[in-house]
Amino acid sequence: MAEKQYDWAAIAKNPKFVELHNKKTAFLFGWWIFSTVYYFLLPIGAAYAPGLYKIKVIGVINFGYVFALSQFFVSWALALYYAKVANNDFDRLTRQLIDELHL
Amino acid sequence: MTCKNIIIAASLALSVAAAAFAEPAKAPAAGAAPAASAPAAAGAPAVATPAAPGGAPAIAAPGAAPAAPAAAPAPAKPKKVLKANKAITLSMFAVIIGITLSVVIWAAKRTKTAADFYAAGGGITGTQNGWAIAGDYMSAASFLGISGMISLYGYDGFMYSVGWLVAYITVLLIIAEPCRNAGKYTLGDILSFRTDPKPVRAVAAVATVAVSTFYLTAQMVGAGKLMALLVGVPYKTAIIGVGILMIGYVVFGGMTATTWVQIIKAGLLVSGALLLSILVLAKASFNPIGFFSDIVNNPFIQDHVSKLVLKDGITLTGTDAGQRFLEPGLLMKAPLDQISLGMALVLGTAGMPHILMRFFTVPTAQAARKSVIIAMFIIGGFYVLTTLLGFGAAIHVTPQGIMDVDKGGNMATLLLAQQLGADIAPIVGDLFLAFLCSVAFATILAVVSGLVLAASAAIAHDIYVNVIKDGHADQHEQVMAARITSFVVGAVGIVIGIAAETQNVAHLVALAFAVASSGNLPVVFLSLFWRKFNTAGVIAGLVVGTVASIGLVMVSPNMTYPKVVAAGAQKVVAAMEKKQAALPPGAALSELDAKALAKGKVDYEKNKDGTSMMGLDKPLLTLKNPGIISIPIGFIAAILATLLFPSKRSEEMFDEVYVRQNTGLGMAKAVDH
Repeated sequence: MAEKQYDWAAIAKNPKFVELHNKKTAFLFGWWIFSTVYYFLLPIGAAYAPGLYKIKVIGVINFGYVFALSQFFVSWALALYYAKVANNDFDRLTRQLIDELHL
Repeated sequence: MTCKNIIIAASLALSVAAAAFAEPAKAPAAGAAPAASAPAAAGAPAVATPAAPGGAPAIAAPGAAPAAPAAAPAPAKPKKVLKANKAITLSMFAVIIGITLSVVIWAAKRTKTAADFYAAGGGITGTQNGWAIAGDYMSAASFLGISGMISLYGYDGFMYSVGWLVAYITVLLIIAEPCRNAGKYTLGDILSFRTDPKPVRAVAAVATVAVSTFYLTAQMVGAGKLMALLVGVPYKTAIIGVGILMIGYVVFGGMTATTWVQIIKAGLLVSGALLLSILVLAKASFNPIGFFSDIVNNPFIQDHVSKLVLKDGITLTGTDAGQRFLEPGLLMKAPLDQISLGMALVLGTAGMPHILMRFFTVPTAQAARKSVIIAMFIIGGFYVLTTLLGFGAAIHVTPQGIMDVDKGGNMATLLLAQQLGADIAPIVGDLFLAFLCSVAFATILAVVSGLVLAASAAIAHDIYVNVIKDGHADQHEQVMAARITSFVVGAVGIVIGIAAETQNVAHLVALAFAVASSGNLPVVFLSLFWRKFNTAGVIAGLVVGTVASIGLVMVSPNMTYPKVVAAGAQKVVAAMEKKQAALPPGAALSELDAKALAKGKVDYEKNKDGTSMMGLDKPLLTLKNPGIISIPIGFIAAILATLLFPSKRSEEMFDEVYVRQNTGLGMAKAVDH
């Protein structure tokens, strides 16, 4: 099977591709930075604000426990949100781009 | 011919495995003699070393740690014994071996091309790959080590587990889909796209082999110690048995067999954790708030915490001590090290060759995306359950009981299973413990197979096929090369595993993550996203990142420092002599104290003039995890070299890479026909 030749530079300048690229970059790096900051707050807070972690929230369960547990739910929620945006927006834009290029 | 080979190998593996299981009959069973089991356990806490890339001194270097003045044994609690029923356990092992070997025979028939061998022909679905990623990633260390940390140090163990899941956000958002679209089988494929392929592939292969070897050695040593402890199989026999199975899976079944072994393992692990969690929750009448109150009100936990905080000069008793168990700081006292570990996890997971390789097994970027999300739910769910298991073990087995069996807490989950099962009926306890032992066994097999496959792919595909043969090798030759390499890598793994029995391997997991995060990740990231990135950048980034990580770990507290060991031994000697002096004339030290005194003297003499592997008296660095230093070094080296040696061709080809990774156009078909 001979590989099809593409004009990569032209595709890279295609407005649809530029739109896809910009949307993706903003979304991916924005949310990556958010999740990373949220994660590092956990060890930093445990080290420098232990008093906060000791505050009881429900019964003997304290803020520290709830915060650590929230890390799991935030990660899962972000994963699902990304899946939704990627399946709808990014994949749709990619398909439109490929259709437009008649590939 | 292939078929014949398979039969030979399968029978070989079976017979060796059978021999491995027959042998322990001669050796004293670990569990059979309660009196013998505690010292045996204390001698083998290195089992957990894979669990603890730093941050966990209690687990990390027990071999190196001087026999610290032992905490007084719990007052009223009978000594715990981990007693696996050998017949049941070994039959369960046999079932797992039987199932996995039939998978191998089935997979071997389908493995005809290089794409089949390295990437299962691209025929793995997103869901299957998600389970396989989880199976590849969760080692015996996370299964046993993290629940153990929680059972002894409460909150800090839970906090430690979080980073292992958050790491997948980087994989999901930044790495998985572009790699699926831009790569074929290996790290070298991604990096060599717009660079000078030969040197880049060679360096990428060396980095891959380095990471895989570090990780594999830690896993092999852990496996040997774990099997010795659980079922009384001698260390060497365990390593050889595990090694031969691992070679059999990879050599004959390639990626297809490895994937299914990982899927089976992940299924077993999740079922075991779920079942045990239900039993724990049932004890608390399914009331989560009551469950936490049980922790705070447990007198044994209170006593344990009081002793822990006493070392820092703090006095806590009663429910205050119990509550302290749910607060941070009992184990992790070096925040910078925690942050450094977090960085290595968040960036290193995405640079692990055996994880990257899993994305080449699915047909599309969408499937890669789906697989990471599924893996995140499995891994995250498992760690949430691990909290229940760890706290459950603290309540029901008690921290003192857990430490009787293993100072590092690695047997907490198993003890819990044995006890909660036995509460139903003694035979249920035996069955449950045997089941979890076989889960641990399957876990080891799945993880080491993935590592051997990743290392072999780098050697066979990057170095042999693309560097030595210039990419001119037909499918038959490529598959042969892959099989021979896997065999050699596996055999080397066995030899290293045996040789490293008495070595301190605590630093090896930290090292693997450090190299992956400081060497591999920066260059993968920059080649996917930076137009100017080129050959010089890849080579500089990989070499400097890898060397910096290794160098920093070599001078870190992870290594064994004989003078520090000697100082600890001296303290024990002094304490015991003081105790002796305080005794009324004529009275002798108790047998245990006398032994400690003798051991302290021997340890002191043996270590007083020694230096670490690097010739140091004490660590140069206080960090166990060098990530916070080595990751920036890796990035800076890659960026500087790129700017110093610009390449027009690399820049011109960026459009192609960028369009490919975003759209999947012109994607290398994993199916080559």
